Amino acid sequence: MTELTVYAPMLPEIVVAIGAMALLMFGAFRRDAEGRDFVCNWLAIAVLLVAAGVLAFAQPERAVLFEGAFIADDFARFMKLLILAGAALVLVMSFGGLSRAKLLSFEYAVLLLLSVLGMMLMVSAGDLIALFLGIELQSFALYVIAAIDRDKVRSSEAGLKYFVLGSLSSGMLLYGCSLIYGFTGAIEFSAIAAAAQGVAPAENLGLTIGLVFLLVGLAFKVSAVPFHMWTPDVYEGAPTPVTAFFAAAPKLAAMALMLRVLLGAFPGIAEQWQQIVVFLSVASMLLGAFAAIGQSNIKRLMAYSSIGHVGYALIGLAAHSEAGTQSVLVYLAVYLFMTVGAFACILAMQGKDGMHEDIGSLAGLAKNNLPMAFVLAMILFSMAGIPPLAGFFAKFYGFAAAIDAKLYALAVIGVLASVVAAYYYLRVVKVMFFDDAQEAFLPVERGTGLVMTISGLFVLLFVLLPEPLINAAKTAAQALHAAPGQ
Amino acid sequence: MDISSAPILSIIMFLPLVGALIIACLNAEAKANARWVALWTTTVTFLVSLIIWFKFDTTTGGFQFVETRNWLDVFKFKLGVDGISMLFVILTTFLMPLTVLSSWVCIQTRVKEYLIAFLVLETLMIGVFCALDLVLFYVFFEGGLIPMFLIIGVWGGANRVYATFKFFLYTLLGSVLMLLAVLAMYWHAGTTDIPTLMTTEFPVEMQWYLWFAFFASFAVKLPMWPVHTWLPDAHVEAPTAGSVILAAILLKMGGYGFLRFSVPMFPIASAELAPFMFVLSIVAIIYTSLVALAQTDMKKLIAYSSVAHMGFVTMGIFTFSQQGVEGAIFQMVSHGIISSGLFLGVGVLYDRMHTHEIDVFGGLVNRMPVYAAFFMVFTMANIGLPGTSGFIGEFLTLLASFKVNTWVAFLATSGVIWSAVYALWLYRRVIFGQLVKPALKNIQPMSYREIGIMVPLIVLTILLGVYPAPVFDVTAVAVKKLVAAHEAAVATSAAALP
Repeated sequence: MTELTVYAPMLPEIVVAIGAMALLMFGAFRRDAEGRDFVCNWLAIAVLLVAAGVLAFAQPERAVLFEGAFIADDFARFMKLLILAGAALVLVMSFGGLSRAKLLSFEYAVLLLLSVLGMMLMVSAGDLIALFLGIELQSFALYVIAAIDRDKVRSSEAGLKYFVLGSLSSGMLLYGCSLIYGFTGAIEFSAIAAAAQGVAPAENLGLTIGLVFLLVGLAFKVSAVPFHMWTPDVYEGAPTPVTAFFAAAPKLAAMALMLRVLLGAFPGIAEQWQQIVVFLSVASMLLGAFAAIGQSNIKRLMAYSSIGHVGYALIGLAAHSEAGTQSVLVYLAVYLFMTVGAFACILAMQGKDGMHEDIGSLAGLAKNNLPMAFVLAMILFSMAGIPPLAGFFAKFYGFAAAIDAKLYALAVIGVLASVVAAYYYLRVVKVMFFDDAQEAFLPVERGTGLVMTISGLFVLLFVLLPEPLINAAKTAAQALHAAPGQ
Repeated sequence: MDISSAPILSIIMFLPLVGALIIACLNAEAKANARWVALWTTTVTFLVSLIIWFKFDTTTGGFQFVETRNWLDVFKFKLGVDGISMLFVILTTFLMPLTVLSSWVCIQTRVKEYLIAFLVLETLMIGVFCALDLVLFYVFFEGGLIPMFLIIGVWGGANRVYATFKFFLYTLLGSVLMLLAVLAMYWHAGTTDIPTLMTTEFPVEMQWYLWFAFFASFAVKLPMWPVHTWLPDAHVEAPTAGSVILAAILLKMGGYGFLRFSVPMFPIASAELAPFMFVLSIVAIIYTSLVALAQTDMKKLIAYSSVAHMGFVTMGIFTFSQQGVEGAIFQMVSHGIISSGLFLGVGVLYDRMHTHEIDVFGGLVNRMPVYAAFFMVFTMANIGLPGTSGFIGEFLTLLASFKVNTWVAFLATSGVIWSAVYALWLYRRVIFGQLVKPALKNIQPMSYREIGIMVPLIVLTILLGVYPAPVFDVTAVAVKKLVAAHEAAVATSAAALP
């Protein structure tokens, strides 16, 4: 028994894994039980909450398991809490939408838990094998979820697209890993860092190429430009609750992984990857800003908006400093709440004749349902980075890190792109508040309304009490910078 | 409890927000209740703000009523006022009850939301003038965009969407560069505390960048030629109360910004760029006056005249002299009162005829004698007739610029003539002449509510015109400190040169 306590640091993962399998059994064997899918979804939320509770209250400061393959530290804890929160919020708000579309099934909850498990492993990954296993676990679950509305062509298409492009990116990532292993002889991040230390740039060409492939794979997962092509199609095609999940949790996990790999395994060749990250960031911000202007489908709009947000989050990574890492974490936390809230509102765009996805159908929402219009407007203003809303502080820290790292051009492009982005967010606000009312939507489901309220309050009241999140992000960033990759 | 230890600025700032929350809890049908709550809230806020007016120590140039709370690590929630900002706080709280009253009848749709937007805006505006932390200042400065965007967009005129987008994006574009400058200052000085930054010496080269970043923001906000084009659009489309707030308070944030940040924090860059500012000011004064002459819409005309009057403000500030800066502040306060009066006057007509085209009117003196008299006072004050508050500010800034550069003063003085031309011509076309237009035959004279709104503004216009001392008492020491610090900084830099 005493030996088992060694695995205590990964108790949250164990909770999620056992929970997922237990739910699978429950779902498969209690086929005829009344309200089985409903119960399964609630149980999944319970599993997520228990895991979050364990993470928050019963976790050691720092622990390394399996010869460095699994790292539990403050950084991992911060990101995992965000991921669990995101997954739980998405589950809470998607009951209504899924059951109305007759998609509520226990498999959805099980797959979601499995992908959450994958994400948690990604966040804690300490070597290349764990990295790849984590990514694959979350990706496979997501491929299936994307196509969960299997009778609809669009959903199947989204799933297939996601699968094909995802496999391609996984392949590149794996190729990068093999190159890195070949040139350093190590898979552990800290060992790679040690091997790359002090080698002249001309001699670690192979390592650099491996790094580029690895980065391409990760850029795919966070949908940074120019590896973003799949995002709008998958966002549009997948059922809305699924899209909400895609927009929130996997990006967080992939971004966390990017932080851990780049800072942990490649601090020695930071100059090389910094250029790449700066490019990804600038391209994402600009494309996110300009491509969204022409969209009329709100899910596509959110896709481009999320591409832009990734660009802003990457600013902190490009800065390559503790302040930068902190800014990424703050950005991701705020982004999570904004995205989940925005998708809760999109889920509530439910007319008598089914789901609406057209921005025009929001016309006059302020007259029909003022609270929802208000929440969505606040979230959109926040996404545009207007103070005193939460999104402003997220961008603020990113720009602060960029200025500190003397990346002036990046910062200037960033703020200018944010003005362009403000235009299309305002356009949605305009439709809701200034245009004449259309047919009202059906009343908002209770779970969806709850998520809307939570994220609305978060966005609005963050200014009053910003310190807990900022400080938590700071501690997490310190943990990552203090002992990179061990 | 000893009242002097109460966090008076926070109370003034958050009172409107409390009112907004109360209104939010009211029944949507209770329009009258919402109006009364808003009126009481703004009135009480004004009365409370009078406490700082009376308790203000005019013998010190430093910040008073300072409050500091922890907020965001190094960024503090720090409030305080000095002789410069205190006036704007009072101006804001003074005008708010009037704007609520002016919307009493003309706003009938979504009354609750309208009043909430105004009250939130009041909180943010007071915050701008009280903030003693750069990041806090930025939060308030930018936050005001959201309620104003909605006010113009929801309750505005026919072309409101275009106008409000232009307003929002223009202002945002100007401000984001300031944000980067704020961050650069933070990394340089290690703090965003405004009093500390005022004594921080930034390297000259850095001052130039920072100066232009702040300039981008304040020039759009003020607005200065050539980035003023959003203002006429926003004014024309905004509801009356929105125009009043826009002209009286939001524009002043630009001038306040120059005074609070550009001049004291980047003295060298300011000194070297003064000729640049003079040129822009002169162009604003002459060119926009001429443009005003060509307008067919009353609100547009007043908007262009605002740009011209703000030209005197920038001209005065960048003389770096006691007279010039005090004149600029006085001009801002006075313009806040006069432009409010003019826009409210146009609003009175708009409520009756639902247009602000000049051609629609004529001969109003026959039906609306009181209105004609009131409008006359504001028109004369707008021209800068001695005996009205408009005269003092223009005269002082001209006097100060005459010492610095005769040509600047000469050209700016010609602007006074142009303002007489367009203002008097407007007055003649709208008020005088025969009342021949059939639609105007039955136009109603001013109601007691409307007269009640106008009277305080008229009293202040004339009072400050004949007895401006109350304002100068407050500003004198603070301006003296500002000017002395500027001269010292320029002298040090000159001495450092080989």
